[in-house]
Amino acid sequence: MIPASFDYVRATSLSHAIGLLQDDPDGNKLVAGGHTLIPTLKLRLASPALLIDISGIDELRGIEVADCIRIGALTTHAELLASKPLREVLPIFHQAADMIADPQVRNRGTIGGSLANADPAADWPAVVIALKGELELAGPTRRRRIAARDFFVDIMTTALEPGEVLVAIHMPRPNRGAKFRYRKIRHPASGYAVVGVAATLCLRDDIVSEVMIAITGATSRAFAADSASTHLIGKPLSTENIAMAASLTGEQAECLSDHYASADYRKHLVKTEVSRALASLNGA
Amino acid sequence: MTDHTEELHVVTVDVNGVRRTASVEARKLLVHLLRDDLGLTGTHVGCDTSQCGACTVDIDGQAVKSCTVLAVMTSGSSITTIEGLARGGGALHPVQAAFHEHHALQCGFCTPGMIMSVRQMLGQNPNPTESEIRHGLAGNICRCTGYNNIVRAVQSLASEAPRHD
Amino acid sequence: MTDTTAIRYVGQSLRRREDFKFVTGKGRYSDDIKAPGMLHIAVLRSPHAHAIIKHVDLTVAKAAPGVRLALSGTDLAGKIGSIVPNWIIPGTKVPDRPVVAIDRVRFVGECVALVVAETQAMAHDAIGLIDVDYETLPSVVDEEAAIRDGAPQLHDNVPNNITTIYKIGGGDYGKAAREADQVITLRVANNRLIPTCMETRSILAEPNVDGSLTVYLQSQVPHMHRRWIADTVGISEHQLRIVAPDIGGGFGAKMHLYPEELLCPYLARLLGVPVKWWESRSESHQSTNHGRAHTEALEIAFRNDGKVLGLKVETLGNVGAYLSNMASGGPTVNTINFGTGAYKIEHYEARSRVVVTNTVPVDAYRGYGRPEGAYIAERAIDAVARHLNLDQVEVRRLNFIQPADFPYRPYSGPATIYDSGNYEGCLVKAMEAFNYDFRSAERDQLRAKGRYRGIGVAAYTHMCGMAPSRRLSLIGFNRGGWESARVSVDSSGRVTIFSGSMSQGHGHVTSLAQIAADVLQIPIEDIDVVQGDTRQVQAGHGTFNSRSMAVGGSGVHVSSTRVVAKAKKIAAGMLEVDEADVSYQAGKFSVPGTDIASLKFGTVARMAHVGHQLPDGMEPGLDETVFYDPKGMGAPSGVHMAYVDVDPETGIVDILDYVAVDDAGTIINPLLAAGQIHGGVVQGIAQALYEEVSYDADTGQLMTGSLLDYAVPRAEHVPSIRSLFQETPSPTNPIGVKGIGESGSIAAPPCMVHAVLDALSPFGIKHLDMPMTPPRVWSAIQKARAGADR
Repeated sequence: MIPASFDYVRATSLSHAIGLLQDDPDGNKLVAGGHTLIPTLKLRLASPALLIDISGIDELRGIEVADCIRIGALTTHAELLASKPLREVLPIFHQAADMIADPQVRNRGTIGGSLANADPAADWPAVVIALKGELELAGPTRRRRIAARDFFVDIMTTALEPGEVLVAIHMPRPNRGAKFRYRKIRHPASGYAVVGVAATLCLRDDIVSEVMIAITGATSRAFAADSASTHLIGKPLSTENIAMAASLTGEQAECLSDHYASADYRKHLVKTEVSRALASLNGA
Repeated sequence: MTDHTEELHVVTVDVNGVRRTASVEARKLLVHLLRDDLGLTGTHVGCDTSQCGACTVDIDGQAVKSCTVLAVMTSGSSITTIEGLARGGGALHPVQAAFHEHHALQCGFCTPGMIMSVRQMLGQNPNPTESEIRHGLAGNICRCTGYNNIVRAVQSLASEAPRHD
Repeated sequence: MTDTTAIRYVGQSLRRREDFKFVTGKGRYSDDIKAPGMLHIAVLRSPHAHAIIKHVDLTVAKAAPGVRLALSGTDLAGKIGSIVPNWIIPGTKVPDRPVVAIDRVRFVGECVALVVAETQAMAHDAIGLIDVDYETLPSVVDEEAAIRDGAPQLHDNVPNNITTIYKIGGGDYGKAAREADQVITLRVANNRLIPTCMETRSILAEPNVDGSLTVYLQSQVPHMHRRWIADTVGISEHQLRIVAPDIGGGFGAKMHLYPEELLCPYLARLLGVPVKWWESRSESHQSTNHGRAHTEALEIAFRNDGKVLGLKVETLGNVGAYLSNMASGGPTVNTINFGTGAYKIEHYEARSRVVVTNTVPVDAYRGYGRPEGAYIAERAIDAVARHLNLDQVEVRRLNFIQPADFPYRPYSGPATIYDSGNYEGCLVKAMEAFNYDFRSAERDQLRAKGRYRGIGVAAYTHMCGMAPSRRLSLIGFNRGGWESARVSVDSSGRVTIFSGSMSQGHGHVTSLAQIAADVLQIPIEDIDVVQGDTRQVQAGHGTFNSRSMAVGGSGVHVSSTRVVAKAKKIAAGMLEVDEADVSYQAGKFSVPGTDIASLKFGTVARMAHVGHQLPDGMEPGLDETVFYDPKGMGAPSGVHMAYVDVDPETGIVDILDYVAVDDAGTIINPLLAAGQIHGGVVQGIAQALYEEVSYDADTGQLMTGSLLDYAVPRAEHVPSIRSLFQETPSPTNPIGVKGIGESGSIAAPPCMVHAVLDALSPFGIKHLDMPMTPPRVWSAIQKARAGADR
């Protein structure tokens, strides 16, 4: 319940934070909302030497909805839930945020923290993959962008290099008529996804013109269900095509097994939830 | 005391309308600042993984689990705890009164956090349905009441006639 | 309030008098109490399920900042006694349990060493610096595995890991089986649970200048704790003051003797300063007793009309690594004595074996044995109905014990007596409230459309308030069955009740005062209730076994009655009339039919105190203490019904409705009684759908080590509970009450299982073990479908 001792510095700028992180990339850690890190510290599963508080860095804040959509890494789940401009163009943020943890956690936890932590059962990875998002990373020598689908490497492992900070998430503005759905089967204790499905879809004359499905919770990292998308493009969203897309997604998923849920169960949930997500977008 | 010294950080916060200052280790959790340094023991610790919500307080208008916040990160904030709702032994806050009227508490341990959560919930949605109430209580565990009468208490505070799901 | 005749408190839904402090954050729980100069303990716990301790090196820890003392089990050997159980079924082999392990650990979480330091943080820092050299041993966590040949053995004096063998029964099961049309078998399990009081345990021991010791401790049983701590630490009971402040839930978990409850008093005396220990939630999962953890093999003999002729039960109760306080009694007397439930099953043969394993000790948790017993009876009766394809209600009706049968001794056995009840009444009330016929039709219609709806029914009865004292020795229960109540009237007629019961959220300050106010006929505002301080409360046994109203409340009733009787004598003297002519009504002593001015209760109380005008030979004062020892035990009963919808693709169970009809005799306060049902039912739903402690079978590691893994239900996970009462007064006590606190957690698990099985009946699924989690439900459906395809 009581963390081991650490030092604490409030970073005054992004470059300040990067500099501090670079001093000891293994021992120093960033903290913003702290809702993943602090429980870990309390259970003494981690004991960093220095916590770098980035919560005051303005550059990491804000939701901008313009030709592109930019979400600063410090944006809390509650802000994403409440943002009306965001909800108008990308309602999936509202749908997913409402299923993340609980109101108090949402008030403090950030999307950047969730993405950088890369918990395989977190919700945002699937959402940003499905939205073809790009993550903006700032390091000691350069800034770069990486596609969300390439960012998640393995359980709790990302493409972030030592000394890099996640700055923001960028997404293209969706086509008019695009539809969105986030579905999730929650673990009853942790609230994390046993399986979560993010789906975006455009229909033109009842034919699928664009589709992207991403899955979280089922496997060691969130992934894009490309085979399903490929199958659906150019076809009507019929019961048969939905079933085939669900089945292809299930086949693509190399599911995790734990003492709560077997890999077989997760695979079935992937199919069921993909199917239900797509069906809900049909005519929605 | 000892020859060992941790680097201490000065934290200044407004708690229930009173400016409070304390020197704390970086690792000190807000809930421990409130309970141990400021003597506000109405905020409770019921778990260590941010599940139970017994430690819920209001920081700058938002319900937050104070066991998952470093005290040092709250400097400059305004904090309201359960002790700040019915000040000076005055009239109960409507949520407090509703909990009493509807027998929404038994052992009382989760109650302060529960009340702080309900206070925010009704601030954001003054007229929730039963399922909205239950969803809004997702961050608080009660082991005694089965939530039944907590839901009734919140329903009694709804601004309008019952809205069905 | 001038005329109290119009007010009868018992039966009123009074709002709780104790709420104000809790809703304003002024409750005073154990961890809120601090003493100047107090030191803090942190406990190093075993990471292994079973291992030899080869060496404990405290050198670095002792040198750490702020550390005053670091001790291993070896250091404490001979200085504190062992932890000894308090209920020992005759013939039980009791393994030795040192307070801190000395040479061997037997479960993950067992105390291995401790540090006393200036702050809690320093103590936690220092235990990380203790170096322990272990040699791991094979472990066993499952009760069935533990009794197999070749299983790891935990204790030299407990061969085959069985501490206790207990048998009960009556009639001739073999004959019943021969005469039956059919015999079926069923294996059922009661999943291991964590009681999860929202307040974890915490202890502060503070030495006083006179050599005595005050211990602040969340205890459901303060006077029992005083005796146990005194006996084990070597302090005189009268030198030990236990103060149980506000308690954040107990549910059975706070009525046992734990190592930390001995370490704090011992160390406070050793060091001469206050010593505190506080348990984190994750620590609690491995340091506070678990509940349930049974396996039962059933054999049921019945006629084709649904009449059950005989039942045979083999129980294995997993009690963890050592025998906790009552551990040998739970899976035995408390379980199989009640295995026939609400049914007249005349031929009964039951055996229970109590098994040690490399797990956290298991002891009482809300119902303790009675949920497991009711589960036996209910699963048996439901299996018969399902097997014969008969209506679940009708089969219960056919087998119910009838009102004319009371007092009823099930299976003509020696120990169990159900004092009263009317199960048909509860059933009819439940069916009406539930709209059973409509719902049955709706379920059938939806089933035809591929929806999986199910109706669950469970009936129960059991016994509460273990008593009378003289009978308890026969089962090795080393306590009395009485409860103490002192009703003390001050010189102005206001009353303080000193009760040996111990509220942990039950609302005794309200309910006990309601009982007293009716007898004393004074406003409830004039009555205070004191509990939980052994220096104030004369004696007691505390709160468990749903005994507070039946035994503690009856005690208050009797002592209040004695107060009135004495006051009446004094009043007669003051009014100069014969006592028989005095009437006491509405708080006034009067002489009906005369114009003699009446006397107020307060006036008589003042006279009792000044003693100026008392009958010859009467002692002054108006203060009565009783040690109320019941003549028997009340048997609550009830019928619960649940309506569920199961999604076969996800396995998720949605509870659409839950109706509880409970008969707890006279209801003191319907609002509080319903609150007990709501909470108990949700704990029962939790057992049925969500909660289970998992251990890795190979390593003995606890897999549900925090609330991230162990699924205590949230508001979203449960429905509203519709609670109704039927009142069949108990003839065993003066107020007619029976226990209520455990009823919900007894009835709900079988009720939920039956609802889900009913929903899944189209798949041919006959049994599911709890918790019926979505993965488990889905998997059962898959298996059934695969079987159907073959």
